[in-house]
Amino acid sequence: MATLSASAPLVEVRGLNHFYGPPPGGHLVLDQVDLTLARNEIVGLLGRSGSGKSTLLRLIAGLIQPREGSVTLVPSEDCPDPNVAMVFQTFALFPWLTVLENVELGLEAMKVPAAERRSRALGAIDLIGLDGFENAYPKELSGGMRQRVGLARALVVNPSLLLMDEPFSALDVLTAETLRTDLLDLWSEGRMPIQSILLVTHNIEEAVLMCDRILVFSSNPGRVVAEIKVDLPRPRDRLDPPFRALVDDIYARMTAKPQSAQPARDGLFPGTGIAMVLPRVSTNALAGLMEEVDGTPFDGRASMAELADSLQLEVDELFPMAETLQLLRFAELNGADLLLTPAARRYVQADVDQRKAMFASALLNHVPLAQHIRRILDERIAHRAPARRFRDELEDHMSEDFADETLRTVTHWGRYAEIFSFDEDDDLFSLENPE
Amino acid sequence: MSPDKNPARPLPAFSRMLRLTKPNREDGIAFVILGSIALLFFRGAEGVIAPLSTLHLEPVTLDPAYLPYYALRTVIRMFAALLASTVFTLVVATLAARSRRAGQIIVPALDILQSVPILGFLTFTVTFFMGLFPGNVLGVELAAIFAIFTSQAWNMAFSFYQSLRSIPADLEEVTRSFALSPLRRFFRLELPFGTPALVWNAMMSMSGGWFFVVASEAITVGNTTVTLPGIGSWLAIAIQNKNFGAIGLAVAMMALVIVAYDQLFFRPIVAWADRFRFEQTASGDRPRSWVYDLLRRTRLLPLILAPFNGLIDLLLALEPRRRRAPTDRTARKPNQWFERMWQAAVLGAVCWMIWLSGHFILSSLGLADIALAFGLACLTMVRVIVLIALASLVWVPIGVWIGLNPVWAERLQPVAQFLAAFPANVLFPVFVVVIVHWHLSPDIWLSPLMILGTQWYILFNVIAGASAIPTDLREAARMFGVKRWQWWRQVALPGVFPYFVTGALTASGGSWNASIVAEAVTWGDRHLAAHGLGSYIAAATTAGDYPRVALGIGVMSLFVLSFNRLVWRPLYAYAERRLRLS
Repeated sequence: MATLSASAPLVEVRGLNHFYGPPPGGHLVLDQVDLTLARNEIVGLLGRSGSGKSTLLRLIAGLIQPREGSVTLVPSEDCPDPNVAMVFQTFALFPWLTVLENVELGLEAMKVPAAERRSRALGAIDLIGLDGFENAYPKELSGGMRQRVGLARALVVNPSLLLMDEPFSALDVLTAETLRTDLLDLWSEGRMPIQSILLVTHNIEEAVLMCDRILVFSSNPGRVVAEIKVDLPRPRDRLDPPFRALVDDIYARMTAKPQSAQPARDGLFPGTGIAMVLPRVSTNALAGLMEEVDGTPFDGRASMAELADSLQLEVDELFPMAETLQLLRFAELNGADLLLTPAARRYVQADVDQRKAMFASALLNHVPLAQHIRRILDERIAHRAPARRFRDELEDHMSEDFADETLRTVTHWGRYAEIFSFDEDDDLFSLENPE
Repeated sequence: MSPDKNPARPLPAFSRMLRLTKPNREDGIAFVILGSIALLFFRGAEGVIAPLSTLHLEPVTLDPAYLPYYALRTVIRMFAALLASTVFTLVVATLAARSRRAGQIIVPALDILQSVPILGFLTFTVTFFMGLFPGNVLGVELAAIFAIFTSQAWNMAFSFYQSLRSIPADLEEVTRSFALSPLRRFFRLELPFGTPALVWNAMMSMSGGWFFVVASEAITVGNTTVTLPGIGSWLAIAIQNKNFGAIGLAVAMMALVIVAYDQLFFRPIVAWADRFRFEQTASGDRPRSWVYDLLRRTRLLPLILAPFNGLIDLLLALEPRRRRAPTDRTARKPNQWFERMWQAAVLGAVCWMIWLSGHFILSSLGLADIALAFGLACLTMVRVIVLIALASLVWVPIGVWIGLNPVWAERLQPVAQFLAAFPANVLFPVFVVVIVHWHLSPDIWLSPLMILGTQWYILFNVIAGASAIPTDLREAARMFGVKRWQWWRQVALPGVFPYFVTGALTASGGSWNASIVAEAVTWGDRHLAAHGLGSYIAAATTAGDYPRVALGIGVMSLFVLSFNRLVWRPLYAYAERRLRLS
């Protein structure tokens, strides 16, 4: 059983800054991250995409070098040479190697003699419940079985620290749950040769179920905004009231407005004015979410945790949608609850044309970039403007990828609302209505 | 080349395997096949290192009894070139993918070499290799092998480089997190990942190589004429003697050889390489080969692979033990100064080479020569454009039709492949006879020769594209009664367009290259030449006029490169963006 604190640190991360793009400059993805991993704990990194949590994992794994700051694996008496191994979201198995050969890969690189290699690999395969599949090729296995191979491959090199990058998110719900339970059993029984686990996830329930400590990351740039200790006894029950309370609490923390002085109602997107980064959220998904919250049993008010459950959405998908609704004044995030505004409830009852008109006015009133594009088009005599112009403008404030995504999003919303049209071939915005 | 280390059927020790497994019928068949291949190889190799005078003592004759021997020599040449290309590919492409600095030089170099007319180089290489081994056949052999090599190596290396660049990031991260040594990473990840594309490319390159074997075995440079024993020389002599029967025999022999190495060599390798295909789900139809099945049944396969695996294991065992990644991951500053020095050195070298070649050409040629070369290049360009357009008009509808009929596609695929492998230069005499007989203008009627060998790329790719049109799209089109022109405009043509561009790009590059042999053709004492850059280079080669050859090659490379950049690349980008069905 894991014990918290009072144990020697395993990994120390100090003053870590990391950028994407060539030095000097680039886009800041991790901002002043400090982190200490103790022995015998499972720590979760929770955040939405773009929060740099996977990057942090790779920095600790030594797969990338930090631009500023340090990551140190701390040696101790019983472990003079600490090492790490990683489990990947996509399994990352070599399709031309059998299960056994895949598991032996790391040992082979360490030049472990063949006989020992085989017995250790067979031991790991046995431990993880894969016996009988030793000579199968990955393509013959189901997703869950493949991830077990990934786990065995990581465990067989006796890592001090096991890094897991969203290890269950590519699996279906049932398989993922079985794998989680099996992993937790092995951990509690102390049968894995590891001292700690660092788990990246964007599934809040998964984090609460598995971790002793959860670090919540903000996005753009990634920063640790909260540290939550999970003291619930193991094995944990998802339906346990304290479990639910903690999940709701984390939802609330993740929807909380950042401390910095931003216009309160601009939601949680980084940047202000036209420099606001807009997530790719489809208008259909927004309408669907509003209809869901408007209907029974929510009747206009739903807790994010329940919504995530009933819609089978992960944080990564649900949060941008909820926040977009907030930006458009169709909803309000109140603690861990999503509250529809009267406008949204009218929207749900409206027909297609009325919906479009409502969406258009919300867009023009509350999304500065949409406003900006429309104003430029109105001002110009030909009512046309190259998209390049806006892309350049956005790139002054954000990275190229974000600029591209933001412009795509606003194009999609604007087309739906019919406040402007866009021709991809000519890369041109205009006010013409295609017949 | 990962071994067949199937733990369910562990590899027995060598001696035990020989004693304990009783040979079966398949063993006998396989032994006979492998034994005769080895015997043939040594028989052919004897002739390679003979003194040069033997070429005059035993000149190539049109005696049918010798034809199999000539074919053997040609095949050995081709496989030697293929081996050299493969080694070149593995070393150079890996270097380019691993080191950013090396890549900066290698990638553009490969890109340019791919579009340079290889045949124009024969002049330089023959002289060079003959100087390397004076008085020995080996020098001329190497020159011929090098000619084939230059037709294969660049695109093989380029495709392998592209495979290496598309290795999934997660697999790369696995090898790095386990600190696999560069060598082990190569054998465990890079080589297996690149193998299917490499094998496919080698197969296509082998087909292309025939064209150059025919052109390079009998070559005249200035006043030296060399005739290596081989099918190419046989053809050259048959053309000189106006012997249609001999040409027919050579064609039949070639057909036999092409079928033989396809069945005995490439099919088994394709079937074997299928295991390296990067896919996470098992696909339905896997490539099959009777030879591969035979070898598998005889348990000879581990025996054949054993030397390769042994070599790999030895290499891996010999490399020093590496330290794991350091536990301290503090930020480090890259060396900016060294980077700048490197950039400056590359730039300097490029400038120096441009100056050097400019100096070489301009020292003996004037602006008028350059203007002439450009004018002729424009003529050849018109030919290429018209021919590609005509070939597209013919082959796109046929390719679409074949591609949409799976039964016919399966039946015709090997035929098309065979036709592509078939060196078009064999047909040149027929055209000469026709042109001379009807007093046609060579400027027009020699042109089709340029595309004879390369049109198949268009057909291949269109077939592939048409069979890749999703069934649901075709069903939707049928349900809404989309027919005739609308069907072509909105279903078939957009569907095959990305594939067509790939095929047309290859075909146009190949046609430029072929113009060197196609614009100047001989039948006995009849010489026909069309006005164009190809015949310009051919004439300069025969005259041993090196500055003109260099000028011709330079101008042609320039045209091909700009053609690729200004026409094909934008079309390709458009197709990728708008029409790729995925």
